[in-house]
Amino acid sequence: MSHPRLLRRIAGLVLPALLLLPLAATAEEEEEALPFSDLEVVIPERHFSEELECVQPEDEMRRNHMKYILHQRDETMHKGIRTRRYSLEECINCHAVKDDNGEYVRIEDSRHFCATCHTYAAVDIDCFQCHSDVPVRESMLNTLKSSQVHHGGAVPANGLSSDTLRLLAAEDAPQ
Amino acid sequence: MSDNQHIDEYRRKFLGQASAAVAATAVAPGVFLTAPAAAKPADQPVDDSKRWGILVDTHKCADGCTACVTACEQENGWGEYSYEHESSPEQKAHWIRKVNLRDKATGHAITLPLFCQHCEVPPCADVCPTGASFKRADGIVLVDKHICIGCRYCMMACPYKARSFIHEDLKDQKPWAPRGKGTVESCTMCVHRVDNDGIPACVEACNAENHKAMFFGDLRDENSEISRQLEEYGAKEIRPDLKLNTGVRYRGI
Repeated sequence: MSHPRLLRRIAGLVLPALLLLPLAATAEEEEEALPFSDLEVVIPERHFSEELECVQPEDEMRRNHMKYILHQRDETMHKGIRTRRYSLEECINCHAVKDDNGEYVRIEDSRHFCATCHTYAAVDIDCFQCHSDVPVRESMLNTLKSSQVHHGGAVPANGLSSDTLRLLAAEDAPQ
Repeated sequence: MSDNQHIDEYRRKFLGQASAAVAATAVAPGVFLTAPAAAKPADQPVDDSKRWGILVDTHKCADGCTACVTACEQENGWGEYSYEHESSPEQKAHWIRKVNLRDKATGHAITLPLFCQHCEVPPCADVCPTGASFKRADGIVLVDKHICIGCRYCMMACPYKARSFIHEDLKDQKPWAPRGKGTVESCTMCVHRVDNDGIPACVEACNAENHKAMFFGDLRDENSEISRQLEEYGAKEIRPDLKLNTGVRYRGI
């Protein structure tokens, strides 16, 4: 094979390729997936009852729930203030979600109340490294809501003093 | 004759003390001669009008009985009631443990529960670099695990070896006693019960076993059971030379 022929053949291969390059590049860009786009985004979904109202209006709780919990945390830890209204335990008691088998879902499950939004927002909370992520004992807020304590009826034998119960009832009343 | 008189005098004194002890402790279980102090409302902070303490009577503490330890494990979710499989026995939590002592000279042996002594001047709080170890206004010494960085200075500082460190991830903790990896913990004097006018689980278990070797109460209230016991019979703190003024006192050591 002579040189001019070889050159022509090479040019014949290379030139169209060069001409097509911008086109190919744009096609490639279009085809290339965005980083992490293969990851599944879990859209927050409501998995709990809407019958009970939260301790504050929903929009307030959505924005500032952490402030209420943080404030309550220090009050309880250092001053022994054990009001139930903003306690993490009562959040869990009320917002716990059960799976199809009737078992409470744990924090690792995207259906867990705290996980629904926090997974979506990629906020890694470490509350549940120490705290229970499922209800353990009866909610005292709900007990008070449904029982007759408000109206001076029978006092549940849960070891609380009458003063404490009165206070819980007052605390539970809408503000 | 004079010897006999002395003996009789001694006997009278002894019997007087013994009957007083019976009167003070055995009126009825859980029934005290004085009314308990008014309950603290849940929204009020604790204050220094009270100082909680525990009196342990080693004469009544039974050899081989670990009811207080088991009750604490169950109440606060450690030991048998926790999932710490990776930690060695030396690493595992010990909020309360039974200690046996024997005097080599006389052979006299005693057994007692040892736990956080809730010092008035706690060395653990003194050395804590973050302020996680602290003493509540009512004298209960606690670890704020939100602030604890797990440096374990307090474990070194505690003369009673009362603290332990959590080495592994935990699950299913009690809501009233949160515990987690990387933090130090110790006896809380069942602060969640005390705040609800209860008594610590160990004291309750000791009473349930009918040993009644532990008394819980307000050291500042001179009419409380514990104060009357202390006034009448006295009790010692462990390592009084350290001048820590512990809230936990022992009789018979």
